Amino acid sequence: MIHKFRQLGYNIVLDVNSNGVHIVDDCAYDMLGIIAPPMAEECPADLPARLSQYPEQDVRSTYAELYELYKEGALFAEDDYEKYSGTMVKSPVKSMCLNVAHDCNLRCEYCFAQTGDFGGERCIMTPETGRKAIDFLIENSGNRENIELDFFGGEPLMAWDTVVETVNYARSIEKQHGKNFRFTITTNGVLLDDEKIEYINREMSNCVLSLDGRREVTDRIRKTLNGKSAYDVIVPKFQKLVRSRGEKDYYVRATFTKYNLDFTDDVLHMRDLGFEQLSAEPVVTDLNEPYAITTDDLPRVFSEYDRLCEVMANRTENKFNFFHFMVDLDQGPCAIKRLRGCGCGNDYVAVDPHGDIYPCHQFVGIEQWKMGNLYDGTFNNDIKEYFAKTHVYSKEGCRDCWAKFFCSGGCNANSFIYEGDVHKPHMLSCEMQRKRLECALALAADRAVKEQG
Amino acid sequence: MKHITTINKADLKATAAKGGCGKCQSSCQSACKTSCTVANQKCEAVK
Ligand code: SF4
Ligand code: SF4
Repeated sequence: MIHKFRQLGYNIVLDVNSNGVHIVDDCAYDMLGIIAPPMAEECPADLPARLSQYPEQDVRSTYAELYELYKEGALFAEDDYEKYSGTMVKSPVKSMCLNVAHDCNLRCEYCFAQTGDFGGERCIMTPETGRKAIDFLIENSGNRENIELDFFGGEPLMAWDTVVETVNYARSIEKQHGKNFRFTITTNGVLLDDEKIEYINREMSNCVLSLDGRREVTDRIRKTLNGKSAYDVIVPKFQKLVRSRGEKDYYVRATFTKYNLDFTDDVLHMRDLGFEQLSAEPVVTDLNEPYAITTDDLPRVFSEYDRLCEVMANRTENKFNFFHFMVDLDQGPCAIKRLRGCGCGNDYVAVDPHGDIYPCHQFVGIEQWKMGNLYDGTFNNDIKEYFAKTHVYSKEGCRDCWAKFFCSGGCNANSFIYEGDVHKPHMLSCEMQRKRLECALALAADRAVKEQG
Repeated sequence: MKHITTINKADLKATAAKGGCGKCQSSCQSACKTSCTVANQKCEAVK
């Protein structure tokens, strides 16, 4: 299977099963619209006539080059990965989302956690539950050394004591168990102060800072309890955190909605504020919400991704990274990893303030997906098994999708929540995912061309 | 080659046979998380 498209002035061909990416001239591009595997060594007799807009000599030499790639396995490579999907078994739990606060000090309209309480009552995790979560990870992570734990919410800074105690506890016992904890935190920034900034920059290997871009965009949707501007409170704190963070990872992430389909301006605004690691993610929500992105909005969203892609290709200074346009074509993950993606419910779980365990943060509060509890020691291995066997070959449509080895079958939670089935990809998200990947591949091609001079 | 420039030599098939060690980071596809998506993730076994 191949996917070909034009972006940034390049004709780009992705060979899906080898993951090879090629920039081709017009003749090769048009030829790839005609020929199909298996390829014969000889140029098909009718090809020069069918591509009569090109000199016959060019058609023949182009065919010879494509054939060479084909022989090398970098074009029309066969899909023989399904056999690996049959061997998928449960993995150790190596990663956890710890929802330390089901409460929030903002009331963002689009919050999937329903303004922080996940549809339940507002509550904060006790330090004891935090410690139990660490014990659970040590017990269930088998021989995995690197363990990831993300402090999430609601707003995790509202449970600061629990954050600190959980980290301290993990640090006090990680060596004796041969583990290395990597902590991360996702925050809206409202409660950041110098002490917390210093702690986060010391202990957290990554942090996600939520901001929606321009002041009017942020304040329209990220509402404070007292009606004041969230932007004015948050931005200086984020700037301080990032300035003192050194080389450690962070990124500032925005959610865009129907209210700001010109989100490139929000991304650029965040760059102007001094942030270099940026993300903007389309809101995924009930289509009846006024801010929901619908199928009708897709052409506009696509042209905005084009605009952002062009800005990034053309910038020579004040550059930035855009999370969703980053692909690593040379040292990316192995095929096995790509078949299964996020690992939710298998090597990744979420824990709520009561110690209830769910497949991931987006499943929290959905009773049928509750996997167990830290206090009573339950952990449902059937659900784990179910997710271990959830992969691109088990999902509707993914098998035939060119994006499958980058996307890995999308977000199971979105599929369940919006399509009613973990195995049924959320098509609106798929469309945007594929567009973003085209931009990402084009930027990778552009970098390669510029490097070669 | 005159008509084609290949920008990566990665061979996904080779990674299938010896892959699956599970050392890499989890990769939630939803950007509300700190993990990275599969596409921009690094393999941690080949350091
Ligand atoms: S884009 Fe959609 S169809 Fe394609 S692999 Fe991802 S989830 Fe599956
Ligand atoms: S199911 Fe979706 S939200 Fe949950 S971990 Fe996977 S990609 Fe992330």
